[in-house]
Amino acid sequence: MAFEYPETLKYLDSHEYARTDEDEGIVTIGITAFAIDQLGDIVFLELPEIGDSLEKSEKFGTVESVKAVEELKSPVTGEVLERNEALIEAPEQIGDDPYGDGWLIKVKATDLDELDDALTADEYKDQVGE
Amino acid sequence: MASLQTPLYSACLDQSARMTEFAGWSMPVQFGGIKQEHQAVRERAGLFDISHMGKFTLTGPGVIAALQRLVPSNLERLAPGLAQYTVLLNPQGGIIDDLIVYLKSPLGAAVETVALIVNAATTDKDKIWLVEHLAGSGIDLVDESRDRALISLQGPAAAALLQPHVALDLSTLGRFAHQDTQVLGQPGWLARTGYTGEDGFEIMVAPAMAEGLWQALTAAGAVPCGLGARDTLRLEAAMALYGQDIDDTTSPLEAGLGWLVHLPEKGDFIGRAVLEAQKADGMQRRLVGLTMAGRHIARHGYPVLYQGDAVGTVTSGTLAPTLNLPIALAYVPPAAAKIGQTLEVEVRGEPRPATVVKRPFYRAS
Repeated sequence: MAFEYPETLKYLDSHEYARTDEDEGIVTIGITAFAIDQLGDIVFLELPEIGDSLEKSEKFGTVESVKAVEELKSPVTGEVLERNEALIEAPEQIGDDPYGDGWLIKVKATDLDELDDALTADEYKDQVGE
Repeated sequence: MASLQTPLYSACLDQSARMTEFAGWSMPVQFGGIKQEHQAVRERAGLFDISHMGKFTLTGPGVIAALQRLVPSNLERLAPGLAQYTVLLNPQGGIIDDLIVYLKSPLGAAVETVALIVNAATTDKDKIWLVEHLAGSGIDLVDESRDRALISLQGPAAAALLQPHVALDLSTLGRFAHQDTQVLGQPGWLARTGYTGEDGFEIMVAPAMAEGLWQALTAAGAVPCGLGARDTLRLEAAMALYGQDIDDTTSPLEAGLGWLVHLPEKGDFIGRAVLEAQKADGMQRRLVGLTMAGRHIARHGYPVLYQGDAVGTVTSGTLAPTLNLPIALAYVPPAAAKIGQTLEVEVRGEPRPATVVKRPFYRAS
């Protein structure tokens, strides 16, 4: 199955994506369509509180499906501005629109240059073998 | 080493199965999705390829008498055409495997025929144990594990979906009964058994027949299901999974399988002394059912806390799709095993409240 990986996003090999809003220095973080498909029915999300500090490459939460639990890793250092409360209430809907309504958290990034290490859509695609 | 493929490997791939390696076999883990497959079995019917399971036929004089020495159940209860779920025990009272024993020959036959269906991962271990303990008895063990296809059709509509394809009147086949019959006009064998907590059948046919039967049943509306749904279904029904909830170190009494231990009815068997001692002196731990108060899922290996101390371990856990509630099986000391007891499960470092509940978590209506 071929999944969509928007060119405008950056990706981690641990399957998180980051969308940047250059003006504000805000990064929206979610997980890719590939990860959602691999996990299967997603039943539980554990996300940080607003105001929590995140470290690049450190765990910021968990996503849990019927069969597995996976850690979420942050692509940037920063502070949590928002979390997707609607998705926490209905985690099974994450797959409906992974890069839109399926976002997880929005972070005020300390340094957007941290995303230079992240993968492009093409690099991520190679990584997951698509 | 390349994975073994069942006769249904191609049929599963054609139906978009996601495959996984399991006990040396390449098996479907899911088709449309675990929750959807699970629900199909609870509401109507699901179809499982379980051809990877171990299949032995024992033939010779006194097969039942010989097996009596290896299991804690009284196999003399078995009438021809009936089956008993039981366990093979080691001398420490630990479970070598759980299995179903099917008596095929008539009562009093000079040469008895008994079929065993065992777990895939333990097939070789079981075979070695059986061959060693049946040596010199004149009993012949034939391993048909790779020579026969086994399909499980489970759910309230299973009988209605299967009936048009088999010669036997299914209304005459009770729970845990089995019989040779014609399946799609060819020789086959049916047992009214399963691992889902629903009514259902396990159907053994020649490999060449398997794909035709699979397609006939899916065309009739049975939903193809993978190992993922098999696990959530058996866990809701609180059925033990070998290697996870039970193993060589757990006794059937600890595992809540006391109902298959028939001490007063039978003579000596391997492990008997340990079970007698556990009955007399009590056990160090018991397998209990847990539900979680929140949404956190207790998973295999998570510590169980009682009054703040780690006292046990979760052996299986999932979000129960039918109940929409996190459920788990865990070993805890008897003092913490009472129904209604509040415990905690440490989920990724955080204690989360759990309650001991009655098993099964789900019972078919």
